[in-house]
Amino acid sequence: MSRFLPRALMAPAVISLFLWMIVPLVMTLYFSVVHYNLMQPGIKEFIGLANFEFFVTDPDFGPAILNTLKLLSAVIAITVVLGVALALLVNEPFPGRGVVRVLLISPFFVMPTANALLWKHMMMNPIYGVLAEVSRLLGTKPVDWLSDLPLTSVIIIVAWQWLPFACLIFITSLQSLDREQMEAAGMDGANALQKFWFLVLPHLARPIAVVIMIEMIFLMSVFAEIFTTTGGGPGNASTNVAFLIFKEALMNFDVGVASAGALFAVVLANIAAVFLIRMVGKNLDK
Amino acid sequence: MPMLAIRTVAAWLVTLTLVFPLLWLFLTAFKTELQAISVPPLFVFTPTLDNFAEVNVRSDYLLYAKNAVITSVVSTLLGLAIAAPAAYSMAFFRTRRTRDILMWMLSTKMMPAVGALVPVYVIAQTAGLLDTRTALTVIFMLSNLPIMVWMLYSYFKDIPHEILEAARMDGASVWSEFRHVILPLGMGGLASTGLLCLVFSWNEAFWSLNLSSARAGTLATLIASYSSPEGLFWAKLSAASLMAIAPIVVFGWFSQKQLVQGLTFGAVK
Repeated sequence: MSRFLPRALMAPAVISLFLWMIVPLVMTLYFSVVHYNLMQPGIKEFIGLANFEFFVTDPDFGPAILNTLKLLSAVIAITVVLGVALALLVNEPFPGRGVVRVLLISPFFVMPTANALLWKHMMMNPIYGVLAEVSRLLGTKPVDWLSDLPLTSVIIIVAWQWLPFACLIFITSLQSLDREQMEAAGMDGANALQKFWFLVLPHLARPIAVVIMIEMIFLMSVFAEIFTTTGGGPGNASTNVAFLIFKEALMNFDVGVASAGALFAVVLANIAAVFLIRMVGKNLDK
Repeated sequence: MPMLAIRTVAAWLVTLTLVFPLLWLFLTAFKTELQAISVPPLFVFTPTLDNFAEVNVRSDYLLYAKNAVITSVVSTLLGLAIAAPAAYSMAFFRTRRTRDILMWMLSTKMMPAVGALVPVYVIAQTAGLLDTRTALTVIFMLSNLPIMVWMLYSYFKDIPHEILEAARMDGASVWSEFRHVILPLGMGGLASTGLLCLVFSWNEAFWSLNLSSARAGTLATLIASYSSPEGLFWAKLSAASLMAIAPIVVFGWFSQKQLVQGLTFGAVK
Protein backbone atom coordinates (compact mmCIF):
# COMPACT_ATOMS: atom_id res chain seq x y z
CA MET A 1 0.00 0.00 0.00
CA SER A 2 1.41 3.34 -0.99
CA ARG A 3 1.92 5.96 1.65
CA PHE A 4 0.11 8.55 -0.37
CA LEU A 5 -3.43 7.39 0.23
CA PRO A 6 -3.47 7.28 4.05
CA ARG A 7 -2.01 10.76 4.08
CA ALA A 8 -4.48 12.06 1.55
CA LEU A 9 -7.34 10.73 3.69
CA MET A 10 -6.00 12.50 6.72
CA ALA A 11 -5.15 15.74 4.93
CA PRO A 12 -8.49 17.58 5.11
CA ALA A 13 -8.79 17.10 8.86
CA VAL A 14 -5.16 17.87 9.59
CA ILE A 15 -4.98 20.93 7.36
CA SER A 16 -8.23 22.47 8.56
CA LEU A 17 -7.33 21.95 12.21
CA PHE A 18 -3.85 23.30 11.62
CA LEU A 19 -5.28 26.47 10.09
CA TRP A 20 -7.87 26.74 12.85
CA MET A 21 -5.08 26.66 15.39
CA ILE A 22 -2.27 28.58 13.76
CA VAL A 23 -4.05 31.45 11.99
CA PRO A 24 -5.79 32.84 15.07
CA LEU A 25 -2.66 32.32 17.14
CA VAL A 26 -0.40 34.21 14.73
CA MET A 27 -2.96 36.98 14.32
CA THR A 28 -3.39 37.26 18.08
CA LEU A 29 0.37 37.52 18.52
CA TYR A 30 0.51 40.22 15.87
CA PHE A 31 -2.49 42.20 17.13
CA SER A 32 -1.14 42.10 20.64
CA VAL A 33 1.82 44.30 19.68
CA VAL A 34 0.07 46.85 17.46
CA HIS A 35 -2.31 49.68 18.16
CA TYR A 36 -5.46 48.47 16.44
CA ASN A 37 -8.93 49.78 17.16
CA LEU A 38 -11.88 48.76 14.99
CA MET A 39 -13.19 52.32 15.27
CA GLN A 40 -9.99 53.69 13.72
CA PRO A 41 -9.51 51.48 10.66
CA GLY A 42 -6.25 51.80 8.79
CA ILE A 43 -4.13 52.64 11.82
CA LYS A 44 -1.92 49.75 12.84
CA GLU A 45 1.31 50.94 14.33
CA PHE A 46 3.76 48.84 16.29
CA ILE A 47 3.60 49.71 19.97
CA GLY A 48 5.58 46.88 21.57
CA LEU A 49 4.20 45.60 24.82
CA ALA A 50 1.95 48.59 25.53
CA ASN A 51 -1.21 46.52 25.04
CA PHE A 52 -0.07 44.05 27.66
CA GLU A 53 0.72 46.89 30.00
CA PHE A 54 -2.68 48.43 29.38
CA PHE A 55 -4.49 45.12 29.93
CA VAL A 56 -2.58 44.30 33.10
CA THR A 57 -2.94 47.77 34.60
CA ASP A 58 -6.64 47.93 33.76
CA PRO A 59 -8.37 48.29 37.16
CA ASP A 60 -10.68 45.46 36.08
CA PHE A 61 -7.77 43.08 35.43
CA GLY A 62 -6.98 42.03 39.02
CA PRO A 63 -10.64 41.43 39.92
CA ALA A 64 -11.14 39.55 36.65
CA ILE A 65 -8.28 37.16 37.40
CA LEU A 66 -9.57 36.72 40.92
CA ASN A 67 -13.13 36.13 39.71
CA THR A 68 -11.92 33.60 37.15
CA LEU A 69 -10.06 31.67 39.84
CA LYS A 70 -12.96 31.88 42.30
CA LEU A 71 -15.41 30.72 39.68
CA LEU A 72 -13.12 27.88 38.62
CA SER A 73 -12.32 26.59 42.08
CA ALA A 74 -15.85 26.93 43.45
CA VAL A 75 -17.49 25.17 40.51
CA ILE A 76 -14.85 22.43 40.49
CA ALA A 77 -15.20 21.87 44.24
CA ILE A 78 -19.01 21.76 44.08
CA THR A 79 -19.21 19.48 41.06
CA VAL A 80 -16.55 17.03 42.28
CA VAL A 81 -17.87 16.69 45.84
CA LEU A 82 -21.56 16.58 44.95
CA GLY A 83 -20.81 14.55 41.82
CA VAL A 84 -19.11 11.80 43.82
CA ALA A 85 -21.88 11.84 46.42
CA LEU A 86 -24.59 11.63 43.76
CA ALA A 87 -22.80 8.92 41.83
CA LEU A 88 -22.52 6.81 44.99
CA LEU A 89 -26.18 7.45 45.76
CA VAL A 90 -27.39 6.09 42.43
CA ASN A 91 -24.70 3.43 42.00
CA GLU A 92 -26.62 0.56 43.62
CA PRO A 93 -29.86 -0.60 42.01
CA PHE A 94 -33.15 0.85 43.29
CA PRO A 95 -36.62 1.29 41.78
CA GLY A 96 -36.52 3.90 39.01
CA ARG A 97 -32.72 4.10 38.79
CA GLY A 98 -32.80 4.38 35.00
CA VAL A 99 -35.20 7.32 35.14
CA VAL A 100 -33.19 9.01 37.87
CA ARG A 101 -30.01 8.77 35.80
CA VAL A 102 -31.71 10.25 32.76
CA LEU A 103 -33.15 13.11 34.82
CA LEU A 104 -29.82 13.79 36.52
CA ILE A 105 -27.92 14.25 33.27
CA SER A 106 -30.54 16.57 31.71
CA PRO A 107 -29.20 19.98 32.83
CA PHE A 108 -26.00 19.35 30.89
CA PHE A 109 -27.92 19.33 27.62
CA VAL A 110 -29.70 22.62 28.27
CA MET A 111 -28.12 25.43 26.27
CA PRO A 112 -26.18 27.79 28.56
CA THR A 113 -28.27 30.83 27.64
CA ALA A 114 -31.55 29.10 28.49
CA ASN A 115 -30.07 27.73 31.68
CA ALA A 116 -28.81 31.15 32.73
CA LEU A 117 -32.11 32.94 32.06
CA LEU A 118 -34.13 30.24 33.77
CA TRP A 119 -32.09 30.85 36.91
CA LYS A 120 -31.91 34.63 36.54
CA HIS A 121 -35.65 35.15 36.19
CA MET A 122 -37.61 32.25 37.54
CA MET A 123 -35.29 31.03 40.28
CA MET A 124 -33.38 34.07 41.52
CA ASN A 125 -35.80 36.96 41.04
CA PRO A 126 -36.04 38.58 44.50
CA ILE A 127 -39.84 38.94 44.38
CA TYR A 128 -41.38 36.33 42.10
CA GLY A 129 -38.58 33.78 42.06
CA VAL A 130 -38.74 30.31 43.53
CA LEU A 131 -35.74 30.92 45.81
CA ALA A 132 -37.43 34.03 47.22
CA GLU A 133 -40.47 31.89 48.04
CA VAL A 134 -38.22 29.34 49.74
CA SER A 135 -36.73 32.16 51.85
CA ARG A 136 -40.21 33.33 52.83
CA LEU A 137 -41.19 29.79 53.81
CA LEU A 138 -38.08 29.59 55.97
CA GLY A 139 -38.91 32.97 57.42
CA THR A 140 -35.77 34.72 56.15
CA LYS A 141 -35.47 37.78 53.96
CA PRO A 142 -35.36 36.98 50.21
CA VAL A 143 -31.96 37.58 48.64
CA ASP A 144 -31.51 39.74 45.55
CA TRP A 145 -29.12 37.19 44.10
CA LEU A 146 -27.84 38.88 40.96
CA SER A 147 -27.31 42.31 42.55
CA ASP A 148 -26.03 41.33 45.97
CA LEU A 149 -24.25 38.05 45.24
CA PRO A 150 -23.46 38.27 41.50
CA LEU A 151 -20.46 35.95 41.43
CA THR A 152 -22.12 33.41 43.71
CA SER A 153 -25.13 33.43 41.40
CA VAL A 154 -22.96 32.74 38.38
CA ILE A 155 -21.19 29.97 40.31
CA ILE A 156 -24.53 28.34 41.18
CA ILE A 157 -25.73 28.54 37.58
CA VAL A 158 -22.52 27.12 36.10
CA ALA A 159 -22.21 24.43 38.78
CA TRP A 160 -25.78 23.32 38.15
CA GLN A 161 -24.92 22.82 34.50
CA TRP A 162 -21.65 20.95 35.10
CA LEU A 163 -22.67 18.78 38.04
CA PRO A 164 -24.33 16.22 35.72
CA PHE A 165 -21.16 16.02 33.64
CA ALA A 166 -19.00 15.21 36.67
CA CYS A 167 -21.63 12.87 38.03
CA LEU A 168 -21.95 10.95 34.76
CA ILE A 169 -18.20 10.40 34.60
CA PHE A 170 -18.10 9.15 38.18
CA ILE A 171 -21.07 6.85 37.55
CA THR A 172 -19.27 5.40 34.54
CA SER A 173 -16.10 4.91 36.52
CA LEU A 174 -17.84 3.32 39.52
CA GLN A 175 -19.12 0.58 37.25
CA SER A 176 -15.58 -0.71 36.83
CA LEU A 177 -15.01 -0.86 40.58
CA ASP A 178 -14.02 -4.35 41.69
CA ARG A 179 -17.13 -5.73 43.42
CA GLU A 180 -15.40 -8.78 44.87
CA GLN A 181 -12.85 -6.57 46.54
CA MET A 182 -15.64 -4.48 48.07
CA GLU A 183 -17.37 -7.62 49.35
CA ALA A 184 -14.13 -9.02 50.72
CA ALA A 185 -13.49 -5.77 52.55
CA GLY A 186 -17.01 -5.92 53.97
CA MET A 187 -16.44 -9.47 55.24
CA ASP A 188 -13.20 -8.37 56.86
CA GLY A 189 -15.26 -5.90 58.85
CA ALA A 190 -14.55 -2.66 56.99
CA ASN A 191 -17.35 -0.15 57.48
CA ALA A 192 -18.84 2.03 54.76
CA LEU A 193 -16.52 4.93 55.49
CA GLN A 194 -13.41 2.75 55.38
CA LYS A 195 -14.54 1.16 52.13
CA PHE A 196 -15.09 4.61 50.67
CA TRP A 197 -11.74 5.93 51.84
CA PHE A 198 -9.53 2.97 50.95
CA LEU A 199 -11.29 1.47 47.91
CA VAL A 200 -13.72 3.87 46.24
CA LEU A 201 -11.76 7.09 46.49
CA PRO A 202 -8.49 5.66 45.11
CA HIS A 203 -10.49 4.14 42.25
CA LEU A 204 -12.02 7.57 41.54
CA ALA A 205 -8.70 9.43 41.68
CA ARG A 206 -8.21 9.32 37.95
CA PRO A 207 -11.73 10.37 36.90
CA ILE A 208 -11.60 13.15 39.47
CA ALA A 209 -8.36 14.40 37.93
CA VAL A 210 -9.91 14.24 34.47
CA VAL A 211 -13.01 16.14 35.58
CA ILE A 212 -10.88 18.83 37.20
CA MET A 213 -8.74 19.32 34.11
CA ILE A 214 -11.61 19.33 31.63
CA GLU A 215 -13.60 21.75 33.75
CA MET A 216 -10.55 24.00 34.08
CA ILE A 217 -10.29 24.23 30.33
CA PHE A 218 -13.99 24.84 29.69
CA LEU A 219 -14.71 27.03 32.70
CA MET A 220 -11.82 29.33 31.89
CA SER A 221 -14.03 30.67 29.11
CA VAL A 222 -17.36 30.87 30.93
CA PHE A 223 -19.09 33.53 28.91
CA ALA A 224 -22.72 32.94 27.97
CA GLU A 225 -23.81 32.55 31.59
CA ILE A 226 -22.29 35.92 32.50
CA PHE A 227 -23.39 37.64 29.30
CA THR A 228 -27.05 36.71 29.82
CA THR A 229 -27.29 37.23 33.58
CA THR A 230 -25.13 39.88 35.19
CA GLY A 231 -23.34 41.31 32.15
CA GLY A 232 -20.18 41.18 34.25
CA GLY A 233 -21.60 43.50 36.88
CA PRO A 234 -22.55 45.20 39.03
CA GLY A 235 -19.34 47.10 38.26
CA ASN A 236 -16.82 44.35 37.69
CA ALA A 237 -18.13 42.05 40.41
CA SER A 238 -18.76 39.12 38.08
CA THR A 239 -16.38 39.91 35.22
CA ASN A 240 -13.98 37.07 34.47
CA VAL A 241 -11.02 37.13 32.07
CA ALA A 242 -13.08 35.84 29.15
CA PHE A 243 -15.71 38.51 29.67
CA LEU A 244 -13.08 41.22 30.08
CA ILE A 245 -11.53 40.26 26.74
CA PHE A 246 -14.97 40.35 25.14
CA LYS A 247 -15.55 43.82 26.58
CA GLU A 248 -12.24 45.11 25.21
CA ALA A 249 -12.76 43.56 21.79
CA LEU A 250 -16.44 44.03 21.00
CA MET A 251 -17.47 46.88 23.29
CA ASN A 252 -14.34 49.05 23.28
CA PHE A 253 -13.32 47.74 19.85
CA ASP A 254 -9.72 47.60 21.04
CA VAL A 255 -8.39 44.58 19.18
CA GLY A 256 -4.84 45.07 20.41
CA VAL A 257 -5.62 45.05 24.12
CA ALA A 258 -8.10 42.19 23.71
CA SER A 259 -5.43 40.13 21.95
CA ALA A 260 -2.98 40.73 24.74
CA GLY A 261 -5.65 39.48 27.15
CA ALA A 262 -6.39 36.48 24.95
CA LEU A 263 -2.78 35.35 25.23
CA PHE A 264 -3.19 35.31 29.01
CA ALA A 265 -6.22 33.08 28.68
CA VAL A 266 -4.39 30.72 26.32
CA VAL A 267 -1.44 30.38 28.68
CA LEU A 268 -3.74 29.76 31.67
CA ALA A 269 -5.70 27.07 29.84
CA ASN A 270 -2.57 25.39 28.55
CA ILE A 271 -1.34 24.74 32.06
CA ALA A 272 -4.31 22.42 32.56
CA ALA A 273 -4.15 21.09 29.03
CA VAL A 274 -0.58 19.84 29.31
CA PHE A 275 -1.47 17.58 32.23
CA LEU A 276 -4.65 16.32 30.60
CA ILE A 277 -2.93 15.51 27.32
CA ARG A 278 -0.22 13.60 29.12
CA MET A 279 -2.77 11.54 30.96
CA VAL A 280 -4.73 10.78 27.81
CA GLY A 281 -1.51 9.92 26.00
CA LYS A 282 -0.51 7.39 28.65
CA ASN A 283 -3.90 5.79 28.31
CA LEU A 284 -3.48 5.57 24.56
CA ASP A 285 -0.31 3.54 24.89
CA LYS A 286 -1.97 0.84 26.96
CA MET B 1 -35.52 -3.80 53.24
CA PRO B 2 -35.44 -0.45 55.03
CA MET B 3 -32.00 0.38 53.59
CA LEU B 4 -33.29 0.10 50.06
CA ALA B 5 -36.34 2.20 50.88
CA ILE B 6 -34.19 4.95 52.40
CA ARG B 7 -31.82 4.93 49.45
CA THR B 8 -34.67 5.05 46.97
CA VAL B 9 -36.38 7.96 48.69
CA ALA B 10 -33.09 9.84 49.09
CA ALA B 11 -32.06 9.36 45.46
CA TRP B 12 -35.44 10.50 44.17
CA LEU B 13 -35.61 13.48 46.50
CA VAL B 14 -32.15 14.70 45.55
CA THR B 15 -32.78 14.15 41.85
CA LEU B 16 -36.11 15.96 41.85
CA THR B 17 -34.57 18.88 43.73
CA LEU B 18 -31.74 19.10 41.22
CA VAL B 19 -33.95 19.02 38.15
CA PHE B 20 -36.61 21.19 39.77
CA PRO B 21 -35.59 24.27 37.71
CA LEU B 22 -36.27 22.29 34.53
CA LEU B 23 -39.60 21.02 35.81
CA TRP B 24 -40.48 24.58 36.76
CA LEU B 25 -39.57 25.80 33.28
CA PHE B 26 -41.83 23.12 31.86
CA LEU B 27 -44.76 24.16 34.08
CA THR B 28 -44.26 27.89 33.46
CA ALA B 29 -44.39 27.38 29.71
CA PHE B 30 -48.06 26.41 30.07
CA LYS B 31 -49.07 29.31 32.34
CA THR B 32 -50.41 32.76 31.52
CA GLU B 33 -47.99 35.63 32.17
CA LEU B 34 -49.93 36.55 35.31
CA GLN B 35 -49.83 33.02 36.66
CA ALA B 36 -46.10 32.87 35.90
CA ILE B 37 -45.31 35.68 38.35
CA SER B 38 -47.87 34.82 40.98
CA VAL B 39 -46.77 34.91 44.63
CA PRO B 40 -46.74 32.24 46.02
CA PRO B 41 -45.75 30.27 42.90
CA LEU B 42 -48.56 28.26 41.35
CA PHE B 43 -48.34 24.52 41.00
CA VAL B 44 -51.93 23.87 40.01
CA PHE B 45 -53.45 25.83 37.14
CA THR B 46 -55.30 25.39 33.90
CA PRO B 47 -52.63 24.91 31.25
CA THR B 48 -52.65 27.07 28.15
CA LEU B 49 -50.85 26.67 24.84
CA ASP B 50 -51.03 30.37 23.95
CA ASN B 51 -47.36 31.05 24.77
CA PHE B 52 -46.10 28.69 22.11
CA ALA B 53 -48.11 30.50 19.47
CA GLU B 54 -47.13 33.95 20.71
CA VAL B 55 -43.41 33.25 20.89
CA ASN B 56 -43.19 33.30 17.13
CA VAL B 57 -45.12 36.57 16.86
CA ARG B 58 -42.88 38.31 19.39
CA SER B 59 -39.55 37.12 18.09
CA ASP B 60 -39.50 35.39 14.73
CA TYR B 61 -38.83 32.08 16.45
CA LEU B 62 -38.95 30.05 13.26
CA LEU B 63 -36.04 31.93 11.67
CA TYR B 64 -33.80 31.22 14.66
CA ALA B 65 -34.93 27.62 14.76
CA LYS B 66 -34.12 27.28 11.08
CA ASN B 67 -30.66 28.77 11.66
CA ALA B 68 -30.05 26.40 14.56
CA VAL B 69 -31.10 23.35 12.54
CA ILE B 70 -29.06 24.32 9.47
CA THR B 71 -25.87 25.25 11.32
CA SER B 72 -25.85 22.23 13.60
CA VAL B 73 -26.87 19.65 11.00
CA VAL B 74 -24.59 20.93 8.23
CA SER B 75 -21.61 21.37 10.55
CA THR B 76 -22.09 17.84 11.87
CA LEU B 77 -22.36 16.26 8.41
CA LEU B 78 -19.42 18.25 7.11
CA GLY B 79 -17.40 17.29 10.18
CA LEU B 80 -18.21 13.61 9.75
CA ALA B 81 -17.21 13.77 6.08
CA ILE B 82 -13.80 15.16 7.02
CA ALA B 83 -13.27 13.19 10.24
CA ALA B 84 -14.30 9.73 9.03
CA PRO B 85 -11.56 9.34 6.37
CA ALA B 86 -8.97 10.68 8.80
CA ALA B 87 -10.05 8.32 11.56
CA TYR B 88 -10.11 5.42 9.10
CA SER B 89 -6.62 6.22 7.95
CA MET B 90 -5.34 6.43 11.52
CA ALA B 91 -7.01 3.22 12.61
CA PHE B 92 -5.97 1.05 9.67
CA PHE B 93 -2.75 2.58 8.35
CA ARG B 94 -1.06 3.19 11.65
CA THR B 95 2.34 4.80 11.50
CA ARG B 96 4.69 5.93 14.21
CA ARG B 97 3.25 9.39 13.96
CA THR B 98 -0.42 8.46 14.28
CA ARG B 99 -0.36 8.84 18.03
CA ASP B 100 1.31 12.25 17.82
CA ILE B 101 -1.27 13.47 15.34
CA LEU B 102 -4.11 12.32 17.56
CA MET B 103 -2.60 14.06 20.57
CA TRP B 104 -2.02 17.21 18.59
CA MET B 105 -5.64 17.26 17.39
CA LEU B 106 -6.73 16.89 20.97
CA SER B 107 -4.56 19.83 21.97
CA THR B 108 -6.34 22.13 19.50
CA LYS B 109 -9.54 21.48 21.46
CA MET B 110 -7.82 22.77 24.58
CA MET B 111 -7.49 26.30 23.22
CA PRO B 112 -10.01 28.47 25.04
CA ALA B 113 -12.49 29.91 22.55
CA VAL B 114 -11.95 33.40 23.90
CA GLY B 115 -8.30 33.18 22.81
CA ALA B 116 -9.40 33.03 19.19
CA LEU B 117 -12.29 35.48 19.47
CA VAL B 118 -10.51 38.57 18.17
CA PRO B 119 -8.85 37.07 15.08
CA VAL B 120 -11.94 35.08 14.13
CA TYR B 121 -14.09 38.17 14.53
CA VAL B 122 -11.70 40.25 12.40
CA ILE B 123 -11.51 37.56 9.71
CA ALA B 124 -15.29 37.21 9.63
CA GLN B 125 -15.71 40.99 9.45
CA THR B 126 -13.16 41.36 6.66
CA ALA B 127 -14.69 38.53 4.68
CA GLY B 128 -18.19 39.91 5.18
CA LEU B 129 -19.18 36.76 7.05
CA LEU B 130 -20.39 38.35 10.27
CA ASP B 131 -23.89 37.21 11.11
CA THR B 132 -23.96 34.49 8.45
CA ARG B 133 -24.80 30.84 8.84
CA THR B 134 -21.68 29.99 6.83
CA ALA B 135 -19.35 31.38 9.48
CA LEU B 136 -21.15 29.63 12.32
CA THR B 137 -21.31 26.33 10.45
CA VAL B 138 -17.59 26.31 9.70
CA ILE B 139 -16.66 27.28 13.26
CA PHE B 140 -18.96 24.69 14.85
CA MET B 141 -17.46 22.09 12.54
CA LEU B 142 -13.88 23.05 13.40
CA SER B 143 -14.44 23.11 17.12
CA ASN B 144 -16.07 19.66 17.04
CA LEU B 145 -13.58 18.13 14.61
CA PRO B 146 -11.04 16.89 17.21
CA ILE B 147 -13.81 15.13 19.18
CA MET B 148 -15.13 13.59 15.98
CA VAL B 149 -11.79 12.24 14.81
CA TRP B 150 -11.06 10.96 18.29
CA MET B 151 -14.39 9.18 18.77
CA LEU B 152 -14.46 7.70 15.27
CA TYR B 153 -10.88 6.51 15.68
CA SER B 154 -11.78 4.60 18.82
CA TYR B 155 -14.76 3.01 17.07
CA PHE B 156 -12.85 2.08 13.91
CA LYS B 157 -9.96 0.69 15.93
CA ASP B 158 -12.29 -1.99 17.28
CA ILE B 159 -13.26 -3.27 13.84
CA PRO B 160 -11.35 -6.55 13.40
CA HIS B 161 -8.49 -6.26 10.94
CA GLU B 162 -9.23 -9.75 9.56
CA ILE B 163 -12.39 -8.48 7.90
CA LEU B 164 -10.40 -5.84 6.08
CA GLU B 165 -7.69 -8.27 5.07
CA ALA B 166 -10.31 -10.63 3.67
CA ALA B 167 -11.77 -7.79 1.65
CA ARG B 168 -8.34 -6.81 0.37
CA MET B 169 -7.61 -10.40 -0.65
CA ASP B 170 -10.77 -10.31 -2.71
CA GLY B 171 -9.28 -7.34 -4.49
CA ALA B 172 -11.37 -4.60 -2.93
CA SER B 173 -10.03 -1.12 -3.57
CA VAL B 174 -9.54 1.24 -0.67
CA TRP B 175 -12.67 3.12 -1.61
CA SER B 176 -14.84 0.01 -1.79
CA GLU B 177 -13.25 -1.24 1.43
CA PHE B 178 -14.22 2.03 3.10
CA ARG B 179 -17.63 2.08 1.48
CA HIS B 180 -18.65 -1.57 1.96
CA VAL B 181 -16.81 -2.63 5.10
CA ILE B 182 -15.94 0.32 7.28
CA LEU B 183 -19.02 2.44 6.83
CA PRO B 184 -21.57 -0.32 7.53
CA LEU B 185 -19.58 -1.66 10.49
CA GLY B 186 -18.88 1.81 11.82
CA MET B 187 -22.45 3.05 11.42
CA GLY B 188 -23.09 2.95 15.15
CA GLY B 189 -19.98 4.99 15.82
CA LEU B 190 -20.81 7.52 13.12
CA ALA B 191 -24.35 7.90 14.43
CA SER B 192 -23.38 8.46 18.05
CA THR B 193 -20.51 10.78 17.15
CA GLY B 194 -22.86 12.78 14.95
CA LEU B 195 -25.52 12.91 17.64
CA LEU B 196 -23.11 14.18 20.26
CA CYS B 197 -21.71 16.90 17.99
CA LEU B 198 -25.22 17.89 17.01
CA VAL B 199 -25.99 18.48 20.69
CA PHE B 200 -22.81 20.54 21.12
CA SER B 201 -23.46 22.71 18.06
CA TRP B 202 -27.10 23.24 18.94
CA ASN B 203 -26.18 24.49 22.41
CA GLU B 204 -23.10 26.44 21.38
CA ALA B 205 -23.36 29.95 22.79
CA PHE B 206 -19.95 31.63 22.69
CA TRP B 207 -19.49 31.94 18.93
CA SER B 208 -23.15 32.38 18.13
CA LEU B 209 -23.48 35.24 20.64
CA ASN B 210 -20.36 36.96 19.35
CA LEU B 211 -20.65 36.41 15.61
CA SER B 212 -24.36 36.44 14.90
CA SER B 213 -27.47 38.42 15.66
CA ALA B 214 -30.72 39.01 13.80
CA ARG B 215 -29.93 37.22 10.55
CA ALA B 216 -27.98 34.09 11.41
CA GLY B 217 -28.64 33.88 15.15
CA THR B 218 -29.34 30.41 16.52
CA LEU B 219 -31.82 29.57 19.24
CA ALA B 220 -29.09 30.13 21.84
CA THR B 221 -28.91 33.79 20.79
CA LEU B 222 -32.69 34.15 20.61
CA ILE B 223 -33.05 32.93 24.18
CA ALA B 224 -30.29 35.33 25.28
CA SER B 225 -32.35 38.23 23.92
CA TYR B 226 -34.90 37.59 26.68
CA SER B 227 -32.21 38.72 29.09
CA SER B 228 -33.24 42.39 29.16
CA PRO B 229 -35.18 43.50 32.21
CA GLU B 230 -38.11 44.68 30.13
CA GLY B 231 -38.31 41.22 28.61
CA LEU B 232 -39.92 39.83 31.71
CA PHE B 233 -42.35 37.62 29.90
CA TRP B 234 -41.59 34.51 31.83
CA ALA B 235 -44.26 32.31 30.33
CA LYS B 236 -43.11 33.16 26.81
CA LEU B 237 -39.47 32.83 27.79
CA SER B 238 -40.27 29.39 29.19
CA ALA B 239 -42.17 28.35 26.11
CA ALA B 240 -39.33 29.52 23.85
CA SER B 241 -36.73 27.79 26.02
CA LEU B 242 -38.74 24.60 26.20
CA MET B 243 -39.02 24.44 22.43
CA ALA B 244 -35.30 25.14 22.13
CA ILE B 245 -34.09 22.55 24.64
CA ALA B 246 -36.65 19.73 24.50
CA PRO B 247 -35.50 18.06 21.26
CA ILE B 248 -31.84 18.29 22.14
CA VAL B 249 -32.22 17.05 25.72
CA VAL B 250 -33.91 13.96 24.29
CA PHE B 251 -31.03 13.52 21.83
CA GLY B 252 -28.67 13.94 24.76
CA TRP B 253 -30.30 11.09 26.68
CA PHE B 254 -29.57 8.81 23.74
CA SER B 255 -25.94 9.87 23.52
CA GLN B 256 -25.17 9.59 27.28
CA LYS B 257 -22.81 6.66 26.89
CA GLN B 258 -20.83 8.33 24.13
CA LEU B 259 -20.76 11.58 26.05
CA VAL B 260 -18.26 10.23 28.57
CA GLN B 261 -16.08 8.78 25.84
CA GLY B 262 -16.29 11.93 23.74
CA LEU B 263 -15.64 14.41 26.51
CA THR B 264 -12.83 12.60 28.27
CA PHE B 265 -11.15 11.38 25.09
CA GLY B 266 -11.15 7.85 26.44
CA ALA B 267 -9.34 8.81 29.64
CA VAL B 268 -12.22 7.43 31.74
CA LYS B 269 -13.68 4.04 31.03
